[in-house]
Amino acid sequence: MTALLQVEDLRVQYGHVRAVSGVSLSVGEGSVVALIGPNGAGKSSTLNAIGGLVPVAGGRVLLEGREVTGLPSHRALAAGLVVVPEGRAILARMSVEENLRVAVESRRGLVPRARHAALIDEQCARFPVLGERRRQPAGALSGGEQQLLAMSRALLARPRVLLLDEPSMGLAPLMVRRIFEVVEEIHRQGTTVLLVEQNARLALQVSQHAYVLERGRIVIEGPSAALAADPRVRAAYLGGEASAG
Amino acid sequence: MGQQIVNGLFLGSIYALFALGYTLVFGVLDILNLAHQAVFMLCAFLALTLVSLAHLHILLALPLATVAAGLVGILVERVAFRPLRGRADSNVAGLISSLAVATIFESIALGLWGPDVSRFPLGTVPERQLHLGGAVVQELQLVIIGIAVLMVLGLTFLLQRTRLGRQIRAVAESGFAARVLGIDVDRVIALSFFISSALGGAAGVLFGLAFNSISPDVGRSVELKGLAVIIVGGMGSMPGAVIAGFGLGLVETFTVARFGSSYRDAVAFAVLFLVLLVRPRGLLGQAATRVA
Repeated sequence: MTALLQVEDLRVQYGHVRAVSGVSLSVGEGSVVALIGPNGAGKSSTLNAIGGLVPVAGGRVLLEGREVTGLPSHRALAAGLVVVPEGRAILARMSVEENLRVAVESRRGLVPRARHAALIDEQCARFPVLGERRRQPAGALSGGEQQLLAMSRALLARPRVLLLDEPSMGLAPLMVRRIFEVVEEIHRQGTTVLLVEQNARLALQVSQHAYVLERGRIVIEGPSAALAADPRVRAAYLGGEASAG
Repeated sequence: MGQQIVNGLFLGSIYALFALGYTLVFGVLDILNLAHQAVFMLCAFLALTLVSLAHLHILLALPLATVAAGLVGILVERVAFRPLRGRADSNVAGLISSLAVATIFESIALGLWGPDVSRFPLGTVPERQLHLGGAVVQELQLVIIGIAVLMVLGLTFLLQRTRLGRQIRAVAESGFAARVLGIDVDRVIALSFFISSALGGAAGVLFGLAFNSISPDVGRSVELKGLAVIIVGGMGSMPGAVIAGFGLGLVETFTVARFGSSYRDAVAFAVLFLVLLVRPRGLLGQAATRVA
């Protein structure tokens, strides 16, 4: 199987601080791949480097075999690498609808102008909480609603690979469940997802393949079910509970 | 009375155009572009040259000079701001480098047009007077107010209803979020400088026509007024800049009529203090937003 997204020996550095020291991973078309690990392991840096939001210090990123390493973010997005970053990056002063409109307008030429309104309506129908509040400033939404808006925006950019960073962060359990339902729905509709998530249990449930990142390196990888049963993963990331999974 | 109102609106329209350009760049970059007043001055000279040497009609010279000012704005961004982007001290550094650009532009103007006051040739603009309900008003004043109002409406439409306008507002709110959304931030900043400098340049031409006196330091006095206007209006707020610009024009005109021209700036800046005492963020200043 040739991977849709192939990352080889990726390095990210902030000044003299090395955040990612040679990460290799691959994401197959139509799959959900999870990247788990402790705080500060370099998960977000890996994701952001793939999406062009932070500079790449070394290594390669290939999308459908085409080199997309270190592209500026707007080109990475145009190539199909769409990030939903940690903290969601909502435009709080702009309305929900304007947030969606900016997203649908981002890939010029991909979607004809005449279709923009229909695509925004489609997202509002899909997520009624957004539809009900489409004229309100996005900053007035709750954290979970903002996460839905961020994911909705990302879908409007037609991702080849959706790069989701900590979608559950800071959300109430009920909302976390809702967000993961949406991730599964996105997957079922054929979108490929690379998911960074603190909540390892959920990440391993929703993904088919997973990588464990520690101190900037991949330490364990395999099918998610196998990782969920791996004693090292259970001890470190699943709270060591016998009933986990 | 009616005459004073027209005088005030006329002066205010020039302040508003100038300040809009200032505040647009401030909104996008959080940086004051101190070269703005020099672009204002250069554009006035350029229009003057197009009219007096190339014998163009002013209604052709104005848009040409305005576009040229916009291109100069792109150059200013490239030279004075872009190389500094990403530095921890980019705000202060940008302030200094834009001041340097302003000084260079003033020297160029001094070399090209000399230190003396230059004037548009006679007959450049209509010199008719109109009688409006007892008030005597220059036709030119009405034309200038009209042009300024059209430009403000055009800018509002651009910012609220177009793809570029939404992208400018997105970059102004958060450069990171704009990048996440696939916006080419460098391009949007360059275009913001184009629009900003075009507005400032147009204000310069209108100022030159209105007072028929252009010199290399003509931008200096307007610069201070422009700063006052964007502070009173609320830093980064476009409607605030328009309201405060017209407000300042009216305050100045009525001060001159009532107390004489010596008190013009004193009263204008006293009003500035008063507004800031009541509303420290300015008339329409954004409350500091917290992003989750």
